Amino acid sequence: MKSLQDSSTDPGPERRGDAGVEDTGLKWIRTWRGVYLFVFCCFLISVALLVALSAVFS
Amino acid sequence: MSLLDFAVLIGSLLSIAAYGIWLTRGRHNLSAYLKGDSKVGWSTIGISVMATQASAITFISTPGQGYQDGLGFVQNYFGMPLALIVVAAVFLPMYRRLNVYTAYEFLGSRFDGKTRLLGAGLFLLQRGLAAGITIYAPAIILSTVLGWSLNLTIILSGLVVIIYTVSGGNQAVSVTQKYQMAIILAGMAVAFFVLLAKMPAHFSFTDALTVAGGFGKLHAVDFSLDLNRRYTFWSGLLGGLFLSLSYFGTDQSQVQRYISGSSLRESRMGLMFNAIIKIPMQFFILLLGALLFVFYQFEQPPVYFNQSAWKAAARNDPAGKLRAVEAEFAAVHAEKADLVRSWLAAKHSGNSQAEAEARARAGEAHDRSEALRNHARSVLQTAAPGAQANDADYVFITFVTEHLPHGIIGLLVAAFFAAALSSKAAELTALGSTTTVDFYRHLLRREASEAHYVSASKWFTLAWGFVALAFALFAHMAENLIQAVNIIGSIFYGVLLALFLVAFFLRRVGGTAIFWSALAAQCLVFALYFTLSISYLWYNFIGCAACVLFSLILQSALGPRGGQAPADAIRT
Repeated sequence: MKSLQDSSTDPGPERRGDAGVEDTGLKWIRTWRGVYLFVFCCFLISVALLVALSAVFS
Repeated sequence: MSLLDFAVLIGSLLSIAAYGIWLTRGRHNLSAYLKGDSKVGWSTIGISVMATQASAITFISTPGQGYQDGLGFVQNYFGMPLALIVVAAVFLPMYRRLNVYTAYEFLGSRFDGKTRLLGAGLFLLQRGLAAGITIYAPAIILSTVLGWSLNLTIILSGLVVIIYTVSGGNQAVSVTQKYQMAIILAGMAVAFFVLLAKMPAHFSFTDALTVAGGFGKLHAVDFSLDLNRRYTFWSGLLGGLFLSLSYFGTDQSQVQRYISGSSLRESRMGLMFNAIIKIPMQFFILLLGALLFVFYQFEQPPVYFNQSAWKAAARNDPAGKLRAVEAEFAAVHAEKADLVRSWLAAKHSGNSQAEAEARARAGEAHDRSEALRNHARSVLQTAAPGAQANDADYVFITFVTEHLPHGIIGLLVAAFFAAALSSKAAELTALGSTTTVDFYRHLLRREASEAHYVSASKWFTLAWGFVALAFALFAHMAENLIQAVNIIGSIFYGVLLALFLVAFFLRRVGGTAIFWSALAAQCLVFALYFTLSISYLWYNFIGCAACVLFSLILQSALGPRGGQAPADAIRT
């Protein structure tokens, strides 16, 4: 049996990932914050392209 | 469908299902049955998460949305990448740290037993209802393609899904989803290229986009603040964020997929893969629908795409009203096709004035043909009162069966079934595991063998399969399948999400305050849904905000430690 309180006292490898700064194993983006930023940029680019498509062909 | 189509359909689906069952045979351990061996890599998780979300509805109904309303539906997914970032950064590490089987175990650990049961109950209620609709979707395909009765098709396809899911378990779901997704993507890509190849001669891709855009089908982003519009940038971003956060963060059918990763990194990468790929994928499927619209500007479409319903009504139409509407529609369509050709010819010649005139006339002809389609629906509903008004779900399947070569038809039907099986399997497994872990093991049999819980999980999965089957038989009341699923989700998800957000971010709120607040917020959402006509996506936000607000007020009234019940321990 394992409770929330038990696990909270021992950070462990999974816990250390919470800060978003551990290595991602990726060549170009080393931290999870970097990965999240990259995903957010992809989202912005997708929206921008859709807006452009709407404008060009409307 | 020819023999070749049936060979492709049955061969591909049965071999994948048999492989999954063979690979996972003899599982008597609850962890292995519900989570797999926890050796799953990010690509399998990513594809599994995608396959669970992208049901047959996605591939049947979404092109119909693109055909009818254009690309605007893509805005529904704008909140998803942001939601997945939050899930990967906040929800996932907590689930993995606690080593839970279900997301609702976390609620028991953070609050108390009754809040855990409320969360699990809300999930079972909304997912059980939606599960019926995902059985209904592939049944449309078979009934249209094979001319079977819809109800018989629902029962037969539902039984196949149930048998496969119960015998497969969670790992079989993940393994088979990879191969099912390969068939789906191959089928959709082939349909896309065949569609382009079937456009008129000397008709470029830019011409297709020009025609689609000219009829308003490429208007993808709408920044309007009008709350009554169903799809806007803001409703998609805010409502979609809450819907996706609820779905990926708190819906066991998704949580079960990504907590089975071999490490936090693998699970996170799987989620980020979906965050990047989802909007382009939905865009591609909607664009397919918009291009179908262009294709049917030159090819005579049926006046009503559900041809089996139309033909059945026509047999009981002695006055010939349906045939008269068909003839009038064909005449207007021929006129419109000529006008679209004139419009493109004027565009190619560089005569902008002639282009504008031809485009305006084509638009007028389109308005007349749409008016005739609406008239056809009302005539149909008079002749056959039970007939649906909306035929958008039948657009793509009509194209597949009437315009694709044999073999490819089988591939596409296999793709639809693969999508149905993959999402249905994940849903039923999640329903079965939540019932087993959060209700049966938590309330009824606290100490039993692993083999007993595996057996119980199989029986509950089987029972949920039959519940879903029963709801599927009534799903034809829903106007559009994909909207029906999202509406059901939006009604329940806001409150479910609030339970988790309060758990994560408002440590001072206890179990009693959040429990009663959640019930009050759910009642409020029901009341608003039946009185207002705002976009359903807003209910995700309203339910969540109301529950959070109520819990803060109630906790203040109860005092700092008021109503705190003991938390559940997590069993592994």
